[in-house]
Amino acid sequence: MKITERKFDLSVLQPLIALMLMAIAMTILSDNFATKDNLFNVARQISVNVCISVGMTMVILTGGIDLSVGSILALTGAVAAGLLKNGIEWTEVHLFVGFTLFGVIWIAMATGGFLGCFNGWMITRFKVPPFVATLAMLTIARGLTMLYTKGFPVTQLGDRFTYLGTGWFRGIPMPVWISAVVVILSVFFMNKTRTGRYIYAIGGNERASLLSGVNVNKVKVIVYMIAGILAGIAGLLVTARLDSAQPNAGLGYELDSIAAVVIGGTSLSGGKGSITGTVIGAGIIGVLNNGLVLLNVSPFWQQVIKGFVILLAVIIDKMQKKEAI
Amino acid sequence: MKARKISKSFPGVRALNEVDLEVCAGKVTAVVGENGAGKTTLMNILSGVYTEYDGELLLDGQKVSFQDTTDARRVGISIIHQELQLVPYMSIAENIFLGREPLKLGLIDYKTMQEKARLLLRKLGCDADVRKKISSLRIGQQQIVEIAKALSFDVRVLIMDEPTSALSESEINTLFVLIHSLKAKGIAIVYITHKMDELTLIADHVTVLRDGCAVGHSPVHKITIAEVVKLMVGRDIKDFFVKKQHDKGDVRLKIENLSLKKSGKSGAFLETISFKVHASEVLGLYGLMGAGRTELFETIFGLHRTPAAGTVFIDGKRVRINSPEDAVKAGMALIPEDRKNDSLVLNMSIARNISLASIGKVIRNGVVSKTLEQKQAEVYREKLNIKSYSSNQPVIKLSGGNQQKVVVSKWLVTDPKILLLDEPTRGIDVNAKNEIYKLIDELALQGMAIVVVSSELPEIMAISDRIITLCGGRLTDEFTRSEFTEEKILKAALPSS
Repeated sequence: MKITERKFDLSVLQPLIALMLMAIAMTILSDNFATKDNLFNVARQISVNVCISVGMTMVILTGGIDLSVGSILALTGAVAAGLLKNGIEWTEVHLFVGFTLFGVIWIAMATGGFLGCFNGWMITRFKVPPFVATLAMLTIARGLTMLYTKGFPVTQLGDRFTYLGTGWFRGIPMPVWISAVVVILSVFFMNKTRTGRYIYAIGGNERASLLSGVNVNKVKVIVYMIAGILAGIAGLLVTARLDSAQPNAGLGYELDSIAAVVIGGTSLSGGKGSITGTVIGAGIIGVLNNGLVLLNVSPFWQQVIKGFVILLAVIIDKMQKKEAI
Repeated sequence: MKARKISKSFPGVRALNEVDLEVCAGKVTAVVGENGAGKTTLMNILSGVYTEYDGELLLDGQKVSFQDTTDARRVGISIIHQELQLVPYMSIAENIFLGREPLKLGLIDYKTMQEKARLLLRKLGCDADVRKKISSLRIGQQQIVEIAKALSFDVRVLIMDEPTSALSESEINTLFVLIHSLKAKGIAIVYITHKMDELTLIADHVTVLRDGCAVGHSPVHKITIAEVVKLMVGRDIKDFFVKKQHDKGDVRLKIENLSLKKSGKSGAFLETISFKVHASEVLGLYGLMGAGRTELFETIFGLHRTPAAGTVFIDGKRVRINSPEDAVKAGMALIPEDRKNDSLVLNMSIARNISLASIGKVIRNGVVSKTLEQKQAEVYREKLNIKSYSSNQPVIKLSGGNQQKVVVSKWLVTDPKILLLDEPTRGIDVNAKNEIYKLIDELALQGMAIVVVSSELPEIMAISDRIITLCGGRLTDEFTRSEFTEEKILKAALPSS
């Protein structure tokens, strides 16, 4: 039997080529696209989606889904803003606890991580399907946000906090730095660590992984926890950028995030895909959003077009795979 | 039906090379060959799964070509795949008429459908309730439903891909009776098999495939099994496996009163099972389908924590195994029966599958080292002769025998003290089988304690030092090597009623 080796896997390159083509098209169509200000603006907008989508990629790679990230983002943002501004006060015992900037950053991440853990616990211990468990968390976290903020935004959080969202460091916006660190750490985690390897294995064949001695439940809880922590970081970025924790923040973000993962070539059934692909996917959505605004396309049409782009991405992916068989 | 000069290529592989096949009405034509010889590809072309190929198909002298499987069925060619293709949560009748339900006023006419289904099943000598769900049937019964489905298309050529691989002895007999009655109806049958003894029982003609070429075609009565095997492998197997003599060591694994209850219902999969395995010993575990063999292995391996009870000792020390993770840590390895679902991550590479159970061994400075992982894979690729172009090849592209070698490699890396093998040679070719037997022998020689489940008596008798029989979740008897006879072992494994 003659067997020849396939030279190079082009599947990762495809979304990248699509992104570049879009960028070139936008540069031609609009004078305002390829300006420094606008590109940084796009990068800053993408940052939040990148943070969420990195976690979403891991979840989807295990064959799961996380619908709760948008609500977790809102809750962590609100908690961080509330604690920073008002602290905790027990009038009965005349106790007041104030929080530093770093304090609230840790608490936001811890809150996200805790809620993510809860997702993972429901999914592994009680075998609740991920779709249902995280759908429940979507409402729970949103409800908690409303309870905590009583429905009002928390504003005026101080310059040091808003620096996270609006500041610049060495000529590059802070959110871009933060999401870049998230991406680099995650790529390393997925490719180089035991847990990263197990995430791919579980998505590829959960039962075989279990029977090979992989602690499947532990890995799943970790994955949902990471998704929660990253949603927490995204919550900080959004809140800091607006200088305001909105109770309605992050509505529908889970869908943009799933779109980025899918456009980036990750299979919804798990096992196949990459963080790099997702970052490019988020880039495609970001450039598309920005470009349509620059071209004065009505917001209603923007949504329609975005939907078709998602479909197109998946169809191209499927056609490629069919050819490869 | 005739197939002439059929060729088919996949990227990088020429799967079939000018293969001719002739099938006559009322006859059974067996197609044999090692894994990867092209049997399945050929059948997929005959039944319209693959539509692009070279060569031509003739039916009653007329040239035919199919757009898809429905097209092939319309002219009377049906295939029953090795993995049955039924919808588990639908009834027998619904499965038989799936996609062409009889309608009445635009709605499904259940009465007619069930009546027709009942008639079809009765023709096959089966009077099951057609409203029963497929999931509640045994494999043998499910196969009858598949046959009924094929018959409902007025089948003229029926292709069966290893139909007996999952059946018990009595179910196989039922199937053979059925095949004889189908023959009598003038249906041409293409029968793919690995089991040589089935040739003389059932086939009229045999066609041998090797490396994508048809290397032999003959009436069964004019050829001996040895000749067929020789054609299949392309060389004489003079050195049929002979077990080496070696002494057993101390007791390595001791199981006491292992039980596994069925959830919800009364009754148990396993009842108070106790046995011992020594170091350097191969213990055969023989039982029919449903005797609890797989459940026994899974329970020992920690997969059924809550409904299970019993104690496990390794090297005289009691160990608690609550998960497969614990089992691996305790030095156990399990090679399950179902490679695709239980053993391999199919889209992952050979190297990554091999390191899956022992990733700690390729971690340096807290980081998975791909170089070490590759090196490790290369060692086993050579040692076990895994045919592949590189250790980066996804295992999905390997043949069954080579896939099994990857699974074995995965566990050898963990350096286990105890090896549990569940039907280790199921669905793999003669050459690979022999290699696996030799490997088992060699591992035992090195001091491993090995338990092998097999439903092939000649196989288990060849490789075991001792055999215990399992029936209905209980151990029924024990035989030392000098006591082995097929009759005694089979009798002990059969229900006593």
